Amino acid sequence: MSKPLSRLLIHPAPFLKSPVDTPSVMFDVLLAALGVTVVAIFSFGLSAALVVAAAALGAVGTEYLFGRRDLHSLADWSGPLTGVLIGLTLPPGFPLWMAFLGGVVGMGLGKVAWGGLGQNLFNPALVGRAFLQAAFPTAITTWTPNGQGLTALQSSNLALPMMHGTVDGITTATPLGLAKFEHHFTGTLDLFVGNTGGSLGETNAMLLLLLLGFLIWKRALDWRIPVSIIGTVAALSAVFWFMDPTLYPSPVFMVFSGGLLFGAIFMATDPVTSPMAPKGSYTFGFGIGLLVVLIRLFGGLPEGVMYAILLMNAIVPHLNRAFQPVPFGRGRKS
Amino acid sequence: MSGFAHGVHPPDNKHYTEKLPIRRYPFPRRVVLPLSQHIGAPSRALVAVGDRVQRGQLIANPGGFVSTALHASVTGTVVEIAPYRVSSGALVPSIVIETDPFDAQRLEERPPLDPSALNNKDFVQHIQMAGIVGLGGAAFPSHVKYAVPEGKRIEHLVINGAECEPFLTCDHRVMLESPEQVMGGIAIVAERLGVRSTHVGIEDNKPDAVEALRRAGGGKGNIQVDALHVKYPQGAEKMLIKAIHGREVPAGKLPLELGMVVNNVGTMAAIYDYFQTGKPLIERVLTVTGPGVAEPANLLVPLGTSVREILEYCGIKPEVTQVIMGGPMMGQPLAELDVPVQKGTSGLLVLTKAGMAKEYACIRCGRCLEACPELLNPQLLAKLARGGRWEETESRAFVFDCIECGSCSYACPSGIPIVQLIKTSKAELRKRQRAK
Ligand code: SF4
Ligand code: SF4
Repeated sequence: MSKPLSRLLIHPAPFLKSPVDTPSVMFDVLLAALGVTVVAIFSFGLSAALVVAAAALGAVGTEYLFGRRDLHSLADWSGPLTGVLIGLTLPPGFPLWMAFLGGVVGMGLGKVAWGGLGQNLFNPALVGRAFLQAAFPTAITTWTPNGQGLTALQSSNLALPMMHGTVDGITTATPLGLAKFEHHFTGTLDLFVGNTGGSLGETNAMLLLLLLGFLIWKRALDWRIPVSIIGTVAALSAVFWFMDPTLYPSPVFMVFSGGLLFGAIFMATDPVTSPMAPKGSYTFGFGIGLLVVLIRLFGGLPEGVMYAILLMNAIVPHLNRAFQPVPFGRGRKS
Repeated sequence: MSGFAHGVHPPDNKHYTEKLPIRRYPFPRRVVLPLSQHIGAPSRALVAVGDRVQRGQLIANPGGFVSTALHASVTGTVVEIAPYRVSSGALVPSIVIETDPFDAQRLEERPPLDPSALNNKDFVQHIQMAGIVGLGGAAFPSHVKYAVPEGKRIEHLVINGAECEPFLTCDHRVMLESPEQVMGGIAIVAERLGVRSTHVGIEDNKPDAVEALRRAGGGKGNIQVDALHVKYPQGAEKMLIKAIHGREVPAGKLPLELGMVVNNVGTMAAIYDYFQTGKPLIERVLTVTGPGVAEPANLLVPLGTSVREILEYCGIKPEVTQVIMGGPMMGQPLAELDVPVQKGTSGLLVLTKAGMAKEYACIRCGRCLEACPELLNPQLLAKLARGGRWEETESRAFVFDCIECGSCSYACPSGIPIVQLIKTSKAELRKRQRAK
C-alpha cells in the first residue's frame, strides 16, 4: 500500500467543490442560446444560421488571435457565447460581413481590450450590437418577415463587404415599431409564439421563458435579475396602461415584445457585467426595467433594452460598492 | 429558530459510516504523544526515557494556564522524547511509548467524583488536569472556557452536535451510542456554570441522535435539543449561536461576550467519563472514511496511534490520491502518513479523485458572497490578497473575521483558491505585527 501513498497530493482545503464551474455555466447559457438559434432557423430560414455563425466566427476569431491564452479564454465557452448572442440580436436579412464585423468589435472592444474574461465593464455582446446600430442604422432596422421556409435566404445577407445590398421582396415591421409609429399593438398570441418580425432571438416569448426556467434550474444565472427586470417593466407599464389603455401598450405587450425577454435573460445576466450582491442585482434589474419603460414610452426609439442594460452596466462598480455585505457581528440588528 | 445567513450545501457523504457502531481499535505497538496537541502553551514532560508508565498516567503537566495535561494512552515504556512530525507538517517534541504487549491495558478506576462538591477553581483545575480539550477539531483547552472572568456570567450553554463537516460521523455515533454520557457531561457543566438554558444543536440529518439525546433527558427543564437545518457551516461557533439564539457574536469577540459558552458533544462525554471514573483524555473516536477506504469505520483510537497503521487496518484502495486529517471543508492534507492521531483529530478522509479545480478568471458572479457565513466579500479579499495588498484585506475587507470555513472556495465556479489567499494574507499581516 505504501506505493500509491508515496505520491499524495497536497493542496489546501476545501477538498470538495461545487459542481457548477465557469465553463459549465457558460456552456449552459450557450446551449440555451443555440436553442434560440435553432428555433430562429425554423422562423427565418437559413439566414438565421448564417448570421449567427458569422457573428460567432468574428468573436471567436478575434479572441483567438488577440486574447490572453493564460486564462483558458477559449476553453471557458464565453467567447462563442458572446458571438452567438450578437448574432441573435440582428435582423434575419442582415449582411453577413456586417455580422462578422459586429463579432470582431464586440469581442475586441468589449472584452479583449479590457484584459479578457472578468475584466470588462460593458457586456461585450451589447458593445458589438451597439457598434452595428451606430454604423449600419438602416440595415439593422430592416426586417424581413418570418415563415418563409427553412431554406429562406435573403439576398441582402450575401451583400459584399462594404455594401449594403438590397432587400428584395417584402419587408415588415417589428411589433414595437408598429406600436410606436403606427399605434398598432400586435396580439399576445403572436408575440408568444414568435409569429412576428424582429431580431433573430427575440421573437418567441414562450421559448425564452422556457429557457429562463432551464437556466435557473441549472443555476447558470442569477434569477433575481430577469425577475426584477420583467417585474419592473410589467408594474410600471401597468400604471400607464391603467391611465390610458388607448395610448399606452399593455404590460403583457411590453414584456413579450422586442428584446426585453432576450435582454433580461441573456444580456443583463452576464455575471461579469452585473452586480455581485443580491441587493445589487435587484437594483440593477429595477434600473434596467425603468429605463426600458422610459425609452420605449417617451423616447424617440421603439426599443430601449440595449441602452438600458449598457447604462446600468456602467454603474455596476458603484452598485457593488454600495451593497457590500455588512460582516457578521458588525452592527446588524439581531 | 432563525438559522444563519448564507452557507453552502455540499453533499454530506455520511453514508459511508453513519450506520457503523464505534469499534475499539487494537492497541498499537507504540504511540507518539506530541506535547502540543492543543491551542496554547505546550505541556511539560514529567517522565524520562526508560520510565515505565501506566495507561492513564499523567506524563506531562500543563505548561501554563492556556495549556493542558497529557496522559499515557497505553501501558508500556517511554523509549524516546524527541521532535516528531505532526499533521501540520511541524516538528513537535513528543513522548514515545512502546506498548507492553503482555499488559492487559486496564485503566485504573476511581469512585465517582461529585463535581458539585468542588469550588469553581478546583473544577477548572480538574478539567485541565484531565487533559480535556474541545474534541470538535479546534482542540482548545476546555477548562479555559469555564474559568469565567470576574464580572462575567455564563447564562447559556450551547452544545455543538451539528457535525456539519461532510463525511464525519464520530459525533453522531457518540450521541447515538453514549447519550447518557453526553447528557451527563452537559448536566455537570450546566450546573457548574449555573446557566439559565442549555441548547444542544444537531443538524436534522441525524434525527436518531436528536431522539437519543431527548430520551436521555434532553428537552426537559431548561435543556433543549434543537434540530437545525443541514447547512454548512452550521457547527461553526458563531453560526450555531445565531441559529439557536438568533444573536450575533460581535466581530473579534468570543461567545463569552454574550454570556455563552459553546462545547462539542464529544467533549461533554469526556467530561462525564472523567468525573465518573477518573479517566483522562487518552483516546478518542474518529471516522475513517472516504471513497479510498476499503472498510470505512468509526474507531475508538488511543491518542498517538500512527495514521499509517490505522489506514492499513481499514484497508486503502490503490487509487488513493489524498489523505486528509479532519473533514473535507477544513481538514489538513497529509504529506506523510507517519503522523500521530491527536486530541483534535476527528477523522481521516481518503480521497481518490485528484484535487485542485482548474482555475479560471473571476467572473464576478457573487457566488462567494452568497456563500460566506461571515458575510464578508471573499471576491474582494482574494483580489486584494492576490495583489499583495495585505493591509487593505484588513482595512477594507475584514480579513480577520474570516473563519476559514471554505464555503467561498467551495462555491466559486472559477476554482479560485480564496481561502488559501486569505490565509496567506493573515499570515503576512501577523508577520508584520510581530515585526513591529
Ligand atoms: S472561508 Fe472566510 S471568506 Fe470564505 S466563506 Fe468562510 S468565512 Fe467567508
Ligand atoms: S465565486 Fe469566484 S468567480 Fe464568482 S465572484 Fe467569487 S471569486 Fe469571482
